[in-house]
Amino acid sequence: MSPMTSLSASQRLQAFANPARFMALSARLLAPLWVVSLGFLGVGLYYALFASPPDYQQGETVRIMYVHVPSAWLAMFGYSVMAMASAVALIFRHPLADLCAKSAAPIGAAFTFLALVTGALWGKPMWGAWWVWDARLTSVLILFFLYLGYMALWTAIEEPTRAARAAAVLALVGAINVPIIRYSVDWWNTLHQPASVFRMDGPTIAPEMLLPLALMAFGFTFLFVTLLLVRMRAEILRHRVRMLRLAQAAARAED
Amino acid sequence: MTTSELRLSASDLACERGGRLVFDGLSFAIGSGEALVLTGPNGSGKSSLLRQIAGLLESADGALRVEGGDPELTLAEQTHYLGHLDAAKPAMTVAETLQFWAAWFGGASGAAPAVAAALDGMGLAALADLPVAYLSAGQKRRLALARLLAAPRPLWLLDEPTVGLDTASIARLGLAMQAHLTNGGLIIAATHLDLGLAGARTLRLGAERAA
Amino acid sequence: MTHAFFALIVRDLRLAARIGGGGGMAVFFFLVVVAAVPLGIGPAPDLLARIAPGMLWVALLLSSLLTLDRLFHADYEDGTLDLLAMGRVPLELVVAAKAIGHFLTTGLPLVIAAPLLGLMLNLDVAAFPALMLAMLVGAPALSFLGVIGAGLTVGVRRGGLLASLLVLPFYLPVLIFGVSAARAAMAGFPAGVAGQSLLLLAAVTLVSLVIGPVAAAAALRANLR
Repeated sequence: MSPMTSLSASQRLQAFANPARFMALSARLLAPLWVVSLGFLGVGLYYALFASPPDYQQGETVRIMYVHVPSAWLAMFGYSVMAMASAVALIFRHPLADLCAKSAAPIGAAFTFLALVTGALWGKPMWGAWWVWDARLTSVLILFFLYLGYMALWTAIEEPTRAARAAAVLALVGAINVPIIRYSVDWWNTLHQPASVFRMDGPTIAPEMLLPLALMAFGFTFLFVTLLLVRMRAEILRHRVRMLRLAQAAARAED
Repeated sequence: MTTSELRLSASDLACERGGRLVFDGLSFAIGSGEALVLTGPNGSGKSSLLRQIAGLLESADGALRVEGGDPELTLAEQTHYLGHLDAAKPAMTVAETLQFWAAWFGGASGAAPAVAAALDGMGLAALADLPVAYLSAGQKRRLALARLLAAPRPLWLLDEPTVGLDTASIARLGLAMQAHLTNGGLIIAATHLDLGLAGARTLRLGAERAA
Repeated sequence: MTHAFFALIVRDLRLAARIGGGGGMAVFFFLVVVAAVPLGIGPAPDLLARIAPGMLWVALLLSSLLTLDRLFHADYEDGTLDLLAMGRVPLELVVAAKAIGHFLTTGLPLVIAAPLLGLMLNLDVAAFPALMLAMLVGAPALSFLGVIGAGLTVGVRRGGLLASLLVLPFYLPVLIFGVSAARAAMAGFPAGVAGQSLLLLAAVTLVSLVIGPVAAAAALRANLR
């Protein structure tokens, strides 16, 4: 019917390549995924906000950590998903892989932004400044730039297949660059390290803090997967709408 | 329009492009309800002449004289120019494009019915909500032509208006041009194709150089 | 005529919102430039705080320059500019409409993003209102002076870089008065000193509102014909 299904018809070996099958499968998965993510997040937030003790040094502000740390983890996780999906898209020409990478970017960027904002909120009472050019914060900021650049590239190129190819190359180059950036920023920071900067990892975590942190981390991860499916479904629908409108334009040409 | 009938005459027009004399000593006159078809080989200056009349290119010599028309407006402000480019943004829909041009070329008068009529006139009504990016070359050309119908202006300058059009669309263009002439409009068109305009005069450019 | 004038501004805003080129990209560039500074000179908070107003202004200039290139060029390429020149709106006002569109999609978002970057450079929060006010007064000048460069280079290959080189000298007074207004407020000088810089900045902007459209329209006429 649409070029997309005909594209995947040539790749019948890969069962998941078929967007129609993906739509059916994801439709069944979505409801349970929402329940699981919201469940984890609900219980996790209860423990994080009420049922865990304040830190003996940081007091109540430590509770920001329960949002901050999982966000930072998903910032990295999101980029890995994007890079792997891009690799699959480039190597196997898998139509869903491009959609997966494209859909992962804004979600990953949102979690990165959340990590930066909660880091700033945490930093204010800890360091007395909203932002400190700490090595870890700086590399997360650069990660945020990589996400923004990736999304800007998608919007800049009108032809979807060309945009997908270019964006995949960018995501892979970025993936190779992430460790280099991380290393160089660490190196830069030890060169300049001002005495006032604390380390974020601090003392080893007490077990009663570990439970809410783990719950939140699970909740965030499930939330990521759920949102990814929602966005991929939206992308497929968007693609179908585009195809229908192109067909409409072509059909009316003969009037 | 309450203004008197427009009459345009050119005497001894010359055009120079990049140090080369494209044409000189060109004279013609055209009045209300008349059409002038420019013919001639490539590089004979058909496009340049149209741009000179539109005020988009300076003449090297000679003069354009306007009689009648709206005394408060310049010639360019009473003219529609259809060049080789369609002046349509891929990100805007067909209707939005036309609404913008209607607002730009028309005065303050309400443009909505004129836009709808123009869409109809060029057979674009069904495509109104589609982004221009989805249109074929011929459909974009029709959108550019619809601009002439969306805001009334007496003089039409058409540079190869039929490029990219199918036979049905050329017929639509012919109808629109005939209606424009009947309403007292003026048309100067550069074309290789016979536009089928009744009573149109032909001005052949660059014949002696081509021979 | 006013109807057509506003129709052009609305069209430009709509295009900027759909293509996502202008404003978002300029803010992104602003952010990256500012983030590169600590990496270059080191993260010491007091040093960053001292240079923050100047850095933010320089970044504002650069981001504004970056977006000039497409201002007339996109309309030139698809034939729109010819038709804009044939409307009843004088070319000077066409340019003014484009400059207003540029300010709304580029200058204004940058001014709004400035406090966030100020925080990252450890700028004293007390200096934010003065800095933002100065940027808000100065940013229209960047758009209205910028159109001159864009108009002069329309249709020129690699015009973007050339336009930046032509316009940058005109931007320098804006930079000087803008930074000195923010500096004076930061150092806690009496309001009169900061006020003086601000008035001079406003004067530069007002002059640019006249010079920009007149000069750019003349440049466009020369380039179109």
